[in-house]
Amino acid sequence: MTISREDIEKVAVLARIRVDDEQVSALENDLGNILDLVDQLSAADTDAIEPLAHPLDAVQRLRPDEVTETNQREAFQAIAPATENGLYLVPRVIE
Amino acid sequence: MHNKSVAELSRELESGKVSSVELAQQFLDRIKQQDGLFNSFISVTEDQALADAKAADEQRAAGNATPWTGIPFAHKDIFCTNGVRTTCGSRMLENFIPPYNATVTENFRKAGAVCLGKTNMDEFAMGSSNESSHFGPVTNPWGLSKGENRVPGGSSGGSAAAVAARLVPAATATDTGGSIRQPAALCGITGLKPTYGRVSRYGMIAFASSLDQGGTMARTAEDNALMLNVMAGFDPKDSTSVDRAVPDYTASLNEPLKGLRIGLPKEYFSDQLSPAMEEQVRAAVKEYEKLGATVKEVSLPNAKLAIAAYYVIAPAEASANLSRFDGVRYGYRCEDPKDLMDLYTRTRAEGFGTEVKRRILVGTYALSAGYFDAYYLKAQKVRRLIQQDFINAFKDVDVLMSPTTPSPAFSLGEKTSDPVTMYLEDIFTIAVNLAGVPAMSVPAGFVDGLPVGLQIIGNYFDEARLLNAAHQFQQVTDWHQREPQ
Repeated sequence: MTISREDIEKVAVLARIRVDDEQVSALENDLGNILDLVDQLSAADTDAIEPLAHPLDAVQRLRPDEVTETNQREAFQAIAPATENGLYLVPRVIE
Repeated sequence: MHNKSVAELSRELESGKVSSVELAQQFLDRIKQQDGLFNSFISVTEDQALADAKAADEQRAAGNATPWTGIPFAHKDIFCTNGVRTTCGSRMLENFIPPYNATVTENFRKAGAVCLGKTNMDEFAMGSSNESSHFGPVTNPWGLSKGENRVPGGSSGGSAAAVAARLVPAATATDTGGSIRQPAALCGITGLKPTYGRVSRYGMIAFASSLDQGGTMARTAEDNALMLNVMAGFDPKDSTSVDRAVPDYTASLNEPLKGLRIGLPKEYFSDQLSPAMEEQVRAAVKEYEKLGATVKEVSLPNAKLAIAAYYVIAPAEASANLSRFDGVRYGYRCEDPKDLMDLYTRTRAEGFGTEVKRRILVGTYALSAGYFDAYYLKAQKVRRLIQQDFINAFKDVDVLMSPTTPSPAFSLGEKTSDPVTMYLEDIFTIAVNLAGVPAMSVPAGFVDGLPVGLQIIGNYFDEARLLNAAHQFQQVTDWHQREPQ
């Protein structure tokens, strides 16, 4: 199975990871090999088999809609790269 | 003192022959003198450890000691520790200081154990050799005296090497596709991956959430049982934690094995397995027969598809989990981003290493429009087939036994050029994670002076039986006591 340069560039945008031309070449090879490995799955007969998302087939547990956590904004923002007045700072989005 | 097990150290502390502070200092000195050889620690927390040890001595003096009070150990650097740097082996989290404790961290704190530091690991637990760590590879203590630099396995390679080198008597670890069992095997120690949901994942940095499970590493099965006693249990903070009673895992260690039904999956004694390894594993199974167990061949017909299914499911889940690292809220941020897209793409390009990026890209591809059914859904269907194999096998036998790995520890750099070669290292361990059943690796011999691991796989929530089987084996063998020179 081959994966094209265009596919890799598209996936890199979706994954928000910058890749340069040299890396795309290496990824073409590595991802192609991984997809070859994964292609073994197509040989398996899975008609009428339900997909397994959780080994114990557990369902999402619910709890009452009550406040259980205290506000720790200052502690959480103390480890952020950039904040101001309780807000996270990012480069300007709207001119 | 450094050769003693957790159980033995616990008795020494109880009898007053040694204090927690003395014990912590002895092991800290050992780490300082020796870890230059192994690089098994990312952070050593000496001041905190000595303060905790002092508190443990006071706790004991007040008559409130548990079996863990004052016992030194280490956490894999994937468990969040409040106020102590937690890197997950990544540049992305090189300076991350969590504002909270993982539930596993909290459990050991409450028991009075003394954490000496955080152990090295493959970046975000993605690897089988500990070579993808941002903080450099770990060297296996075995083979060093012959001038060989061998991998300790991964991703919990730092924990395994530290326990094997007697830098700590026990260490926490995690296992998504073999990351406890494979390094335990390669370093000659005992490790247990519990049933999925048995140990809380809260505060354990996520890789593939439907597979990740925290577990134990120590030299003896008894110490693994003592660890699991502290770690297992329901946690409302983890949505996949299982609400089920926790037995005392030490209580059944001495049960006789007479009548234990062992299944040998024929797919795990295939031509990928080296003859010398097979000989050691079959000799271990013979020991079990001497202990009264019966042995029969069984089949896991879909096990051969486990690696393929895993390398869709794990990267897909990783791509979603690791999307949180965006350079905004915590962790690494690139210099001078020119706009928001530049901030995201450059932060992630610079903060993640090669293997992590590779898996995020594979996962993103498998989940992208037009491919979801062919890859992700197909892999989940195969996952059910694999689970069904285990359910069928456990109708006839109590445990399954196999080699943990196809060969002993390989050399640093030997398998880094092609990712698929490295992935095949986990050929005997991955199906267990897909099914969610518990499994151990137990030292069972040597090939060319390097340790061999026996994998023991159990039915859901049958950890006590695995620990019992491992403990009884360790009463009649001494592989787990061998010390690297």
